Amino acid sequence: MTATPQEQALPGGVPVGAATDVAAPLARSPRQLVWRRLRRDRVAMAALAFLAVLALVAVCAPLVVRVLGLTPPNEQSTTALDAFGLPTGPSGAHPFGVDNLGRDVLSRVLYGARVSLEVAVSSTVIALLLGTAVGMLAGYYGGVVDTVLSRALDVVLAFPVFLLALGMAASCSTASGCLGGVVKPGLGVVVFVIAFASWPYVGRLVRGQVLTLRRREFVEAARGLGFSDARVMFGELLPNLSGPLIVYATLIIPTNILFEAALSFLGVGVQPPDASWGSMIADAISRFDSAWWFMVFPGVALLVTVLAFNLLGDALQDALSGR
Amino acid sequence: MSAPILEVKDLCVSFETEDGVVRAVDGVSYELHRGRALGVVGESGSGKSVSSLAIMGLLRTPNVRISGSVKLNGQELVGAGEATLRAIRGKRIAMVFQDPLGSLHPLKRIGTQLVEAVKLHEPVSRTVARARALEMLKLVGISDAAGRLDAHPHELSGGMRQRVMIAMALINGPEVLFADEPTTALDVTVQAQILELVARLQRELDTAVVMITHDLGVVAELADEIAVMYAGRVVERASNEELLAHPQHPYTWGLLASIPELDGPPEERLASIAGLPPSLLALPSGCSFYPRCPHARPDHAERVPALADAGGGHLVACHLDVAERRRLWASQAAAGVPEALR
Amino acid sequence: MVLLVSLLTFLIFSVMPSADPAALRAGRAPTPALIAEIRHNLGLDKPLYVQYGRYLERLVTHFDLGYSFRNGTGVREQILRRLPATISLVLGAMVIWLAAGIAIGTVSAVRARTKLDRALMGGALVFISTPVYWLGLVALYLFASDIGVVPIFKGADSYVPLSQSPAGWFGSLLLPWLVLAATYAAIYARYVRSSLREVLAEDYVRTARAKGASERRVVVRHGLHAALTPVVTLLALDVGTLLGGVILVETVFNIPGVGRLGYDAVLHADLPMIEGMVLFGAIFVIVANLLADLAYAFLDPRVRYA
Repeated sequence: MTATPQEQALPGGVPVGAATDVAAPLARSPRQLVWRRLRRDRVAMAALAFLAVLALVAVCAPLVVRVLGLTPPNEQSTTALDAFGLPTGPSGAHPFGVDNLGRDVLSRVLYGARVSLEVAVSSTVIALLLGTAVGMLAGYYGGVVDTVLSRALDVVLAFPVFLLALGMAASCSTASGCLGGVVKPGLGVVVFVIAFASWPYVGRLVRGQVLTLRRREFVEAARGLGFSDARVMFGELLPNLSGPLIVYATLIIPTNILFEAALSFLGVGVQPPDASWGSMIADAISRFDSAWWFMVFPGVALLVTVLAFNLLGDALQDALSGR
Repeated sequence: MSAPILEVKDLCVSFETEDGVVRAVDGVSYELHRGRALGVVGESGSGKSVSSLAIMGLLRTPNVRISGSVKLNGQELVGAGEATLRAIRGKRIAMVFQDPLGSLHPLKRIGTQLVEAVKLHEPVSRTVARARALEMLKLVGISDAAGRLDAHPHELSGGMRQRVMIAMALINGPEVLFADEPTTALDVTVQAQILELVARLQRELDTAVVMITHDLGVVAELADEIAVMYAGRVVERASNEELLAHPQHPYTWGLLASIPELDGPPEERLASIAGLPPSLLALPSGCSFYPRCPHARPDHAERVPALADAGGGHLVACHLDVAERRRLWASQAAAGVPEALR
Repeated sequence: MVLLVSLLTFLIFSVMPSADPAALRAGRAPTPALIAEIRHNLGLDKPLYVQYGRYLERLVTHFDLGYSFRNGTGVREQILRRLPATISLVLGAMVIWLAAGIAIGTVSAVRARTKLDRALMGGALVFISTPVYWLGLVALYLFASDIGVVPIFKGADSYVPLSQSPAGWFGSLLLPWLVLAATYAAIYARYVRSSLREVLAEDYVRTARAKGASERRVVVRHGLHAALTPVVTLLALDVGTLLGGVILVETVFNIPGVGRLGYDAVLHADLPMIEGMVLFGAIFVIVANLLADLAYAFLDPRVRYA
């Protein structure tokens, strides 16, 4: 499996063969054990706290902006520009400064958090659902079903993910959208594209896990008891997959955040005037040598958010594998 | 009797972990003479492997503490510098491990690995080293030795791989060979061959051998002297014949009794020693076998029994006195010591 | 496999967009007649499978990727023309990130769990979490000779092809190389660390020590030898993918490579160009996959028997 945040779709150290074996402890459920181990890692807890706050802020962005007395993100203002019509730096009224159109950077950063989290989470969820479904079916039924589905997986995986996403986004970026107008430019496209790029990885992972699990006795026992296929898949296999899936999710979300930011940076993601950390950085290109603030703040926001997710994901992986 | 080639006195190995101090080896002493074989017997966790790894300086974690004295031909090894130990490892003391597939580098050819063993200690050319490797392979009984030099480990069978390991260990003519469960991972028929090989090489090369195993059958064949270890300590040590004929420690009795007989009555239950070995984090204060010993008395739990001579060089660490032990053994022997060991 | 890839590409670009390709090509103020004529010329009025057939045929027989919407020149020619710049960028960065990644990963593995290890891996994680283009911008801001705070390297827009001036070429690529290598070095460092730690715990490493080998020898000749095998396959895949277009870095530094071409194409919704690039990229990846498999078989004799 390859690894880069932006050009493809996976950060380093993705647990393809992630540990599923959480040995049954004497008194506590595996979940509790994992949680206890996780709690001991202070860095992970800090990351978790940060993310919780971020999520809260993102959801309540309008409220926060109002409470802090900032100007709304899309409100352009010529008064904020200085005598030459150039953006001004951090000041009392605008803690993060102002961009080239006079918009307040801080509120844009806050709204951008919303976009990032929204896109990343929804695309990840879709990718997980689709990938799990396909992977489960392929792994469980094997044979022809497996061959066909795996081929489909391989085909999508053969594309350089970023390029593919770019291409798809471009396809959909004309006014009439794509797929018969179902998917319109903007947020929808981004989610769709990222989900499409991510699901095969999930599919492969799930398929591998299912193949291993299928040989285990409890599956045979369940089938021996006459459980229907669906029941086996949902009742027996799925719970065992939850471990690696959660770990995978925490590792894929940061990738998708960077993915969305990259797409927005290139102009095919979130469309103006909506704020996205990626497009904010793009806006800054022409000006960053003199007005550093509206390049730095969104970038730092991205860095810190992604870092937090990565730290959490790492710690989760450690906790699950019992170190 | 000439001076021993290897003298171990009061060797202690402990690990400092976050759960406490694990005393893996708690005061082990023995002597090994040139050309003789010592069998070290014990269950997992008895410290038999750890003691030999410590002697070779292969315990590398930062939380390990080694104390005591280990003298190789008079040279002190405990506390010696890494450079000194490195010169000794592979040249004067060598080790053969349990799993030959895992113990040979999978990506390197056999010949390369053998040549490396030579060149690490002697400044000879590759050709010379290769010739020596070829010789060793023949010595350990590998057919088509020349062809095998260029093979990779996975191309050989388990028995052949172990022969290669032995060849690699003995290639520099070490004075002492540690064999840590060398046959455990092999088929029974191959086991016999390997043991024979080790015995033969020991005679031909005059190497002192320490055979570490949990299998009494193995040491019965090979060893001149047997030391029984339990919970990090040596509990009994005697010559082969003496130990098997007149064992004096309750643990040894348990071991011998637990060997099933091929021709015993089929309904007879397998005898085993009740209980479990103690946790090395919290060794009992007195005799470490006390919790499981069927002949124990309450005052045995107060002091650690010292390894004392019970007559004729037969060392036993037990609170029961010699006469009593002989009596207990006699009554047990009447029930039958396994034929295979006599 | 290539067949399927081309099918998917075709689907994405010809079927998915709801916009009428003919209308797109017709320019600014098309009349319905013009559009209809273009449709006929492009064969868009034929059924889909016929269109696909013709696409495939053109592809296979001439490796013709069609013509760009924008300037009418062949897609293939444009891609090939820009390829050298991308190759320079990717290969140069690769050398740097391999050296750095392996070195850091090894040090980290050998000194696992010490403060140094934690610091190195923490730093690696930070670099992985950084958007590449932002890193590029920050680097330019700090170090570019024209606008930087500490002018050391040449700035953006300074790319000069190798054939023109080797010194200029080298200088212009230094900063982009470092920026691109940074993220990948971090990834490889982490990977090498975990791979090496696993290997160093293996029995055969213990055997090497028992033979009296120095620690250095054990780590490098025995440990890395085994640990780097999977890294090589990873490398093949990464390079293959990157060659398909390092869009982000090329955009920031204005390097006229394949990636930049793609970016421009996206900006102008130049679908045939993008389509061609995607196909190209996919082919690179497939070839890389193959090379990776071959390399693995070469390096690990155990695999050859399977």
